[in-house]
Parts: sequence; structure tokens; C-alpha cells
Amino acid sequence: MPKFLTSINAISWYFLFPVIFIHFFVVMFPSVLSLLLCLTDWNGFGRINYVGLENFQELFRDRVFKKAVKHNIIWTVMFLTIPVIVALIIAYLLTGIKRGQLFYRLVYFFPYILASIVNCLIWRYIFHPRHGLGGWFENQGIDFLAKSPFAMKETALYAVAWVDMWHFWGFLVIIYLTGMYQVDDSLYEAADIEGATKFQKFRYITLPMIRPIFVLSLIIIIIWSVPTFDYVYILTMGGPAYSSEVVANHLYSQAFQRMNVGYASTIGVMMFFYVGIIVGFFAILRRMGWEV
Amino acid sequence: MATARFRQRSSYINHAILIFMALTIILPLLVLAFNSIKPSSEFGANPLGFPNEIRLMNYYDAWVNGNYTQIFMNSLTLVIGTLILNLTVSGLAAFSLAILNPRGIQTIVVGLYLLVGISIPAQLFILPLFLMWKSLYLLDTRIGLVIIYSALNAPFATFLIRSYMLQLPTELFEAAKLDGASVMQLFTRVALPLSWPVFLTTALIVSLTVWNEFLFAITFIITDEYKPISSILFTFQSRFANDYGLVSAASILMAAPIAILFMFFQRRFIAGLTSGATKG
Repeated sequence: MPKFLTSINAISWYFLFPVIFIHFFVVMFPSVLSLLLCLTDWNGFGRINYVGLENFQELFRDRVFKKAVKHNIIWTVMFLTIPVIVALIIAYLLTGIKRGQLFYRLVYFFPYILASIVNCLIWRYIFHPRHGLGGWFENQGIDFLAKSPFAMKETALYAVAWVDMWHFWGFLVIIYLTGMYQVDDSLYEAADIEGATKFQKFRYITLPMIRPIFVLSLIIIIIWSVPTFDYVYILTMGGPAYSSEVVANHLYSQAFQRMNVGYASTIGVMMFFYVGIIVGFFAILRRMGWEV
Repeated sequence: MATARFRQRSSYINHAILIFMALTIILPLLVLAFNSIKPSSEFGANPLGFPNEIRLMNYYDAWVNGNYTQIFMNSLTLVIGTLILNLTVSGLAAFSLAILNPRGIQTIVVGLYLLVGISIPAQLFILPLFLMWKSLYLLDTRIGLVIIYSALNAPFATFLIRSYMLQLPTELFEAAKLDGASVMQLFTRVALPLSWPVFLTTALIVSLTVWNEFLFAITFIITDEYKPISSILFTFQSRFANDYGLVSAASILMAAPIAILFMFFQRRFIAGLTSGATKG
């Protein structure tokens, strides 16, 4: 065999080939197809016609899409605040205790390993107007949650987000806890001598010290909240009357119920660009030495 | 003295908050457990509470009426198939990146490629992939889904295994090479036995994600007979719409294997899941 085929450089490529092949086949190639199909009006069967940027123009006129984008933004903002704050407080409290810490950590983390469908079923029954909290309150004579929050236009999106957050926040606790344990104890001891309060220690020692992991958690939340799909699809299907429709859901119904291949690809491309911009933004920040 | 008492009081408050948050997780899980052993007739009269009459038949119903033997086997097939394919390709790639040529151009090129791969949302490629699978006759087959899952988990698995293999002492490989070991032998005889812990962690995380996966499961498997647990539970919602006990029992049956694995390997699960996120 010629030398260049048996050199260590060539061999190391052979070992990489399977992973590149399978990943290219499943992810990269269809992604590129999507980038091309978004310029067509294909419906999955007939002729493929090039229509230029028409799909994008249609997308910006699409009322449901606008609604979905708005819901995605609300979703991201909710996840950037509520679980983050709760997880920060809980993680900080956990660093202060020794007995039972493992128990708490396991309990908080547990919903994170459960399947989305299981979490959704749990909460569907709890919010069931007759068999869940609603019925329980009714038996006590209180008129509360008499209708499922998943079935009301005003609350559907928030109820779905609640279930997803319930499943997610324990994950953040573990991440923050890891960061907090890396903080040097002598800093807290020095603060104790100065007479700092618990809140001051949190504000001026813990937060700045865990900043890298904290910023990372925010990036993860922003990126993960873009393709959010499971919880909305299982609990409300985007309804009632599109009141909980998110972008991924809109794409899914365009793609698999109406077979608007071109249009669905356009939505996918928009999502991809959005994620790309966020990743690029943080990559630039890091380049500029803003250690995130 | 005063500060000690203050500390003690504040630690009670801390515990109270922590217990309250733990209850927000435990109580909903308990409600599911209660529902799974409650007779259907009792749901209206006794919501949330412990059942007056325990009915374990719900589990039997779920197993038999839901055809759970078949469905468990489907999910298990997906998990095992994905583990075999994914760990093979990821292990080979990680070995190449960490041991064979850690400073080569490959590390940069493949690393960058996989990083881009991670940040592509599934929605960008799911539809063309669906059409591809249809024309390749991979749609509605378990092997088709195994290929997809292996590819989706490949970047994460490769990075995780690589980061472990980087810590292996290079002298071992040098010594084995001097003894005349081939490259393949370096992989199977030296690298694999030494890095079994990371393979175990990766295997656990991959099993978890495959077992729980929903989007691709509902899209790529159409026949009920081939459906894994996650997508069959979704159809149960409407098929057994009024049989709450059965559906609750079915969800517990789905969560049980994961919960048991989690009890045994909690440290690995937590480490694997958090490092997967923070490195990717």
C-alpha cells in the first residue's frame, strides 16, 4: 500500500469517517436540502418550482407565525427569569446545609430525567377540572381551576410553560451548585470577618464568581427555547385558537399536516439563522475577552 | 450565643424553603402514583387523594390492552441498537481525536463540524430527512430511527468520550506500539478497557435520551406495532381517554426503568447530563 494511505494522518481520518458519514447523512445533508427547498414551492409530490424569496415574504405576512414568534419570545423571557431565580436561590441555600443535601439534589433533578410525555400526563391530571386540583377545590366548596388552564386562551401558554419549567429548573440547580462549590471558601470567611450579610455575600462573592457558568446557563436557555416543541404539542397542540402556538409547532403542522415543504423549510431556516446569530454573538463576546 | 441562635433559626427557614420546593416535585409524582392504582369510578369522588380501594389491575390492563410487551421491546430495540451504532462510531472518532492525532487538523475540522451540528435545530432538517427516509424505505422502521438517534447523539458522545481519553497516559500507547500492536489493537486492547467509565456514562445518557425521545418517535414511526413507549403513550391519551388509571399506570411503567437506573447511577447521570450541556 502507498505510504500516504497508511500514515497516521490517514488512519486517523479512517477512524473519523463513520461518525462524519452518519452525521452528514442524517443532519447536514437534509439541512442543506432545507436551505435550498426554502426557495421553492414544493409540496412533497409535484414539480419543484423556484419561487425566490416569496416564502419569506409570505412568512412575514403570516399572522400565526407572528403569534408563534411572540409566544417564543415570551417563553424565552419566562425561562430566563423564573427557573433561573428559583435555581439560584435554591442552589445557594443548598451550599449552606450538609445534612440531606444529596436527597434534595436528587429530588430536584428527578423530573429532568422523566420523559416529556410523562411530565405532561402528570400535569394534565393535576389540572384536570374534575379529577385534579379543580375537583379537589370543588369538594371544598371553592371555585378555583374549575376549567383546565390548558383549555383557556388566556392561560394555555403559561400553563404549558409551567410544566416545562417544573421539569427543567432542577437541572439549573445542579449547574449552579457545581459553580458555587468552586468558589474559594476563604472569600466567604473574609466576608464573615467584615460582617457581611448573607445577601451581601451572595451578591458580591457568589454571583461574580459563578458568572461564567451563569452566562453559559442563559445561553443554553436561549438556544434550547427556540426549538421547544414537546410540551406544547402534547398538552395543547398550540391551541386553543393558536393561543399557545410556538414556532416549532407551526413548522410541524405546515410540514406534516399540510405538506408545505417549501414553506416549512423557510420556518426552519429562520430558526437556524436565529440560533446561529446567538451562538455567533456569544462567540464574538468571548473572542473580545469578555469571559463568558 | 446570639449569632448561633440566629444561625439556627435561619437554617430552619432554609430547610423549610428547601422542603417546600421538594414537595412541589414529590406531590405531583405521588398524584401520578395514586392515580395508577385508583379504580376509574373513584376519580371524580376522590381527586388527588390516596385511593380508597387499591386496584393494581390498572397495570395489568395497561400491559395487556396496551400491548406493552411489544412496545417495551420496541423501545428496548431502539435503545440497544442506538447504543451499539452510536458508541462504535463515537468511540472510534474520539480515539482518533484524542489519541491518534490530537494536534492534527482533524481535531479542528471535525470539532467545528460537530459543533455546528449540535446547534442546528432539529426542525431545520426533519422534513427533508422524512422525505429521504421515505424514498430509502427507512420510514416506519426501527432501524431507520436507530440511525437517526445514533447521528443525533454522536456529537455529544464523541466530545464526552474524547475528553476522557485525553487524560489517558500516552506512555501506555507508546509501550503497546513498541510491542507491535496495530492501531486497531491500540483501540480495542488499550483505549477501550481503560475508558469504560466514560462509555458507561455515555451509554446511560444515550439510553435516557432515546427512551424519552418524542419528536422523531412520533414522526418516523407510523404503525402502532413499531411505536416506542413515548409515542404510544401519546396515542393512549386519546385511545384510553377515559381510563385514567390505565394511562397513569402506563406512564409509571415508562418512567420506572429510568428511575431505577437513576437510583443506581445518579452521579453518572448528573455528571453526564450537565457536562453534555456545558461543553456543547
